[in-house]
Parts: sequence; structure tokens; C-alpha cells
Amino acid sequence: MNTLILKTTSRFLFTLLLLLSVFLLLRGHNEPGGGFIGALVAVGAYALFALAHGLSAARKLLPLPPLRLVGWGLLVALLSALPALLLGQPLMTGQWFSLLGVKVGTPVIFDIGVYLTVFGALLAAIFGLEEAAHHPSEGA
Amino acid sequence: MSWLLVLPLLIPLTTGILCLVLPGRTAQRVLGLAGALGLLAAGLALLAQVQRQGIQAVQIGNWPAPFGITFVADHLSALMVLVTGVVAVAVALFALAENDQAREGLGYYALGHLLLFGVNGAFLTGDLFNLYVWFEVLLLSSFVLMILGGSKAQLAGGVKYFAVSLLSSILFLVAVGLLYGATGALNMADLALRVERVHPGLLTALSMLFLVAFGLKAAVFPFFFWLPASYPAPPAMISALFAGLLTKVGVYALIRVFTLLFTHDTGFTHSLILWVAGFTLLLGVLMALAQGELRRLLSFQLVSHIGYMLMGLGILTPLALAGSVFYALNHMIVIAALFLLAGLLQRMQGTTVLVRMGGLYGPYPWLAVLFLLPAFSLAGLPPFSGFWAKYTLVAAGLQAGQYGIVAVALLVGLLTLLSMGLVFAEVFWKKAPGEVRAAPGGLGGLALPVGLLAVLTLGIGLWAEPLLSLSQAAARELLEPSGYIQAVLGVSR
Amino acid sequence: MEILLSFLVGALMAVGVYLMLRPHLIQFLIGFLVLGNAANLLIFTAGRLGSQFPPLVQPDGAVLEPYANPLPQALILTAIVIGFGLAAFGIVLFYRAQQALGTLNAEAILEAPEPAPAPSPVDEVREEVAQ
Repeated sequence: MNTLILKTTSRFLFTLLLLLSVFLLLRGHNEPGGGFIGALVAVGAYALFALAHGLSAARKLLPLPPLRLVGWGLLVALLSALPALLLGQPLMTGQWFSLLGVKVGTPVIFDIGVYLTVFGALLAAIFGLEEAAHHPSEGA
Repeated sequence: MSWLLVLPLLIPLTTGILCLVLPGRTAQRVLGLAGALGLLAAGLALLAQVQRQGIQAVQIGNWPAPFGITFVADHLSALMVLVTGVVAVAVALFALAENDQAREGLGYYALGHLLLFGVNGAFLTGDLFNLYVWFEVLLLSSFVLMILGGSKAQLAGGVKYFAVSLLSSILFLVAVGLLYGATGALNMADLALRVERVHPGLLTALSMLFLVAFGLKAAVFPFFFWLPASYPAPPAMISALFAGLLTKVGVYALIRVFTLLFTHDTGFTHSLILWVAGFTLLLGVLMALAQGELRRLLSFQLVSHIGYMLMGLGILTPLALAGSVFYALNHMIVIAALFLLAGLLQRMQGTTVLVRMGGLYGPYPWLAVLFLLPAFSLAGLPPFSGFWAKYTLVAAGLQAGQYGIVAVALLVGLLTLLSMGLVFAEVFWKKAPGEVRAAPGGLGGLALPVGLLAVLTLGIGLWAEPLLSLSQAAARELLEPSGYIQAVLGVSR
Repeated sequence: MEILLSFLVGALMAVGVYLMLRPHLIQFLIGFLVLGNAANLLIFTAGRLGSQFPPLVQPDGAVLEPYANPLPQALILTAIVIGFGLAAFGIVLFYRAQQALGTLNAEAILEAPEPAPAPSPVDEVREEVAQ
């Protein structure tokens, strides 16, 4: 889709959607929201950008290949489970502390891991499908 | 000390994740072996802990049972985790020597360790719905491993494996849902307390659903058809992992639910299990005798010997259950060794079709020994571990007066020996139809893990007392579930 | 209400099983999806119906009765995600199987030559690497 309107608006929307996704991620703490839904919005942002500017442009905006992001997301989620072990509590027991007056804890870190994992997995699927559509012989 | 219990989960998970994060091939290979060794060490430590302090339980996230997620390690779980570690190390060593760059590039090590993560989770979980989730974790990894590389045979086998697994997953989910509707609980210890209040007829119907769901996973009669159609397809470093671990998860689940939950009408349920065991034993070995391809033959042997594990569960005396546990542990080691050996032979002769193999005894007599050790153990000859496992089961059967199944068990032992003898004659004694060639890249590395497993089965056979007494401890805990319930819920029945 | 839903679950199960028994693999996959939804609905029904309020604690600590049983919802959410993953994998698997085997008819796949030790493309790559 090569329209000027989409190309221009997608730049704004991209930033806006990413902001929204981070907002949803952090809001998920105590209210509806969370890593999963936040990641879905972020994937939407990238999908929109890929639609307007092409796949390679969208890939350039990623710090890492999508599947590598899955790995990092899982690692972050795993790390959030470990502090409890160091304190002699069962795995994944939530640890809470105050940072600059804001109450944060390991569940937030876990949620960030979920965010990265879902983001990477879905983006890999969408990019894969997009590529398969352009080069059908190579398969999904 | 709750971290010991979660270590067998954390180590494969961490290894799998690191394999995803670190792209370097050397890093993945090192991690693959290190993770397996770490798992083995964790299994040993966990078993020692259970041996010292009894059944261990941990509530994940510190949410109390029966509301939180519980992990429990009794002797059975700890032993299964330990032998999983043994198989993992052997397979990792084999994979290092196999040097399959294409499949390593596609994420073999990450998937393999996620599979181990799922297997250990299934062994350690104390919650029925979590068991379902762990099954899915190991299934999804195994699906991808099954078709990793994407050869035609793998895809054809993968479709069958996938289809049957989907069916058994749904059945399991339905059974869990109905049991939850009947009792209002999912924590297995909590369930054990509540099933008494359920109508026995309803409970029997539910138990049959579980029998079918787990029976499909364990590949018992009449649900074993999918296994020989799919397990021979992937390369040995994958099929050995499947053969050693996946069916045993089904057997473990059967043993767990039919000792903890469904003991209200053993006259019906456990007699049925005994019949299933008999048919599995007999049909499996007869089909194995009819095979002309080594890995299919081994797959049918795998099916057949699942019957022995069910036999002990069906008899349900302390000695019989100990025999089942011992047999499962022994079989994991032996069948993994045989599948790895089949991969080695495939590498040497370019085929596993028996008529096209042969002539290996002259140039490689030590390879013949390497085959005979696990083969004799599988057939149950002394002084191998298989002998003691079979001996325990037969003795228990005679004590309980179950002469029919004992006769079947002995006959199947004989037929297994015949089947293994045929393989030996075809592969080693017969003149080679073509030229005998050495495997590219040398044999030592590939033979090492097979040798380790073979020595292990001999070692267990010569020094059977420790493992046998551990199996008996496991059987005692299974037949007296109050200890399990006490460890999880903190209350006694 | 439970009885009505039970019949619905039964009907969905019948549809799912019928579809799974059809020879075409896509029908099999759709059958799996229907069966999965039937199982989810079954868990939902098993958790008992008739509740009207979300199982949330109000800011003042009050709980609205009768609140919905939250456990089946958590179970179903998990089962849905797993079912989604399985279905996604299945679609890709069948797509690749169609490409490699040239058919999606289960009976044709069954009659295909047994998993013969024919070298896969990957094995050929490996031999090239080894040389």
C-alpha cells in the first residue's frame, strides 16, 4: 500500500501506539492491561509501519530479530522469578520495593518479559507471513 | 531448601532460553551439554534430599495449596527426574558427536532443553491442570523436534504424531474439567481427599477418561499405533530422547492418578489395566518380530515393554509397584541406548533396513558387545538391570496369584530375546550385502554415550540393591498417599 | 442453564469428533478447534453458573455476591492460549506437509511409504558440510 496518507500518518501512529503499549504494560500493574495486551498493541504498531513502509523498513526499527527478542523476554521473565530464591522463599514469590516513591516489584519485571516474548513471537509470525506472501515458494 | 525442588525445572529452562539468546553454534553446543550435566546433578541432589527428609513440596509464589501452584517431589518423581538427567546427558553427548549443523542451526538444543523442562515439570507438578500444561510444553517442543529439518518422512510421521497428541490433549482437558466439576479441586493432594465423596460410578467413568488420555501418551494397547509410525522418522538424537522420556511421562501420569486418585474400585480399574498391560506386551513384541527395519522394530519393542510398567500398576502390591518403577527407570536407559545405537548403525551403513545391513561383527566386535549389553537388558537376562526389574514384577505377580500376566510377561521376555537375537544375526553376523564402511567422522564420539548407558544398565544389574530399595520406597509412598497429602497440604487424611 | 450448556457441549463434541474423523487434514484441524471449544465450555460449565458479578474486591474491601468462579476462567484462558498455539503449529505443519507430500488426505499419507531412511534435504546439506 503506497499511499501518501498512510505513509505520513503511520509515522505518527507508530509512535503513539508504542507509547500506548508501554502505558498499557505499566497500567496492568493494578488495573486492566498488562504485558500481553501491551505487546499486542506494539505488534499492531509494527504491522502498520510494515504495511506503509515495507518489511525491511520495519525490521530496521527493531533492535534485535524478533525470535531473539523472544529469548530475551523469556530470560527477563525467568530472572524475575529468581530473587525470591535468594531470599529463601519459594520460586516466583513477589518481591516489592519502593523506587523514587513508586511501588515496584518482580511481577512488573515478569510482565516486561511477557511483553517482549509476545511481541517477538507475534512479530516473527507476521513478518513470516508477509514474506511468505511475497515469496510463496519459500514457505512459511 | 525449596530451591532444590525447582532446580530440575530452572536448569533446562535457563539452558533453553540461553540457547535462544546466544546465536553462536559453539555456545549452544557447550550449553547443551552443560545443561544436561547440570540437570543430572540437580536430579542427584533432589533424590538425596528426598531420601534424607522425605517428600518435598513447594508452593510457587508462596500461594498456599490448594490455591497456588504446587510442586512435589516424592521418591517416584525424584527418580524419574534423575534418570531423565541420565538420558539427557547421553543424548547431548551423542548430539555433539553427530554434529548435525543444519538441525543445530534450527534450534535443536533450545528445543531439546525446553522438552526436558516440560518432562521434569510433568514429573514434579502436584496439580492436575498444571500436568496438562506441562504436557503441552513438552508436546509443543516435541512437535517441532519431530519435524526439525523437514524431511518427507519426518513430516509424514509428524502429522500422525501431532494428530494423536491433539486428541489425547483434548481428552485430558475434558477429563480434568469433569473431575473439577465433580470435586471442585485440581490440586492432586486435595483431590485425593475429595474423591471419596464422589459417586463411585462417576469416578470410574472419569478414571477411564484418564486411562485413555494417558494411555494415548504412553502408547499402550489399543492406542499404540501412532508410535511406530512416527518415532522412527526423526534422527537418533531426537528419537532417543522421545523413546526414553515421552512415553514414560504417560506411564508416570498413569501411576500417579491410579494410586493417588482412582483406588476406589481396583477390582475393575486395575484389572482392566492388567488386561491392557497383557495385550500391550504381547502385541508389541509380536509386531516387533515382524519388522524389517531396525528403528520400527525398536519402536514396537518400546511399546511392548510399556506393558511391564502397567503390569505392576495393575497388580498394585508394594512389590509390584516397586517393579513398575524400577522397570520404568531401567527401560528409559536401555531404550535410549538402543535408539542411539540405531542412529550409529544408520550412520555406518547408510540404512536401518535389516536385510541391507550386516557384516559388522568382524571389523567391529566391540560394537556387537555394545549392542548386546542393552539388548540383553531389554530381554531381561541376568546380570543386567532389566533382569531385576522383570524378576521383581514376576515375583510380585506370583505372590498376588496373577499367573496369567506372569506367563505373558515371561513369554514376552523370551520373544524379546528372539527379536534381539534376530537383529544381532542380521546386523552383525550376516555377511554384509555391500561394503562395510566406517562412519564419516569417526565412531568414538557416537559410541561413547551408548557405552555409558550400557555400562550403567550393567552396573545397576550388578549392584541392584540401592535402586531397588529406592523403588520400594517410591512404591510405599504411592500406596500410602497420606504422606504425600501431608507434605502438600499440611493436613493428614 | 447447566443442563442446556451440557447439551451444547455434547453437540459441539459430536461435531468435533465427526470432523476429526474426516480424511482431510484441514477438516481434522477445524474439528480440533471445535472440540477444544467444547472442552473449554465444559470446564466453564463444570465451574457452575448463575453468578452475576466479577470476582473482584471493591476498593472498600467489599465483595459482590454471588461472584463468578474465577478458577474456570483462568483454566479456560490457559487452554485457549495453548489451543491457539497448537492450532497455529498445526496449520504450518499441514502447509509444509502439503508441500512435501503433495496431499492433505490422511489416508494418502498413511499409505505413503513408511518413514524410510531416505536422506532428507538436511542430511544432504550435512554431508556437504562434512566433506
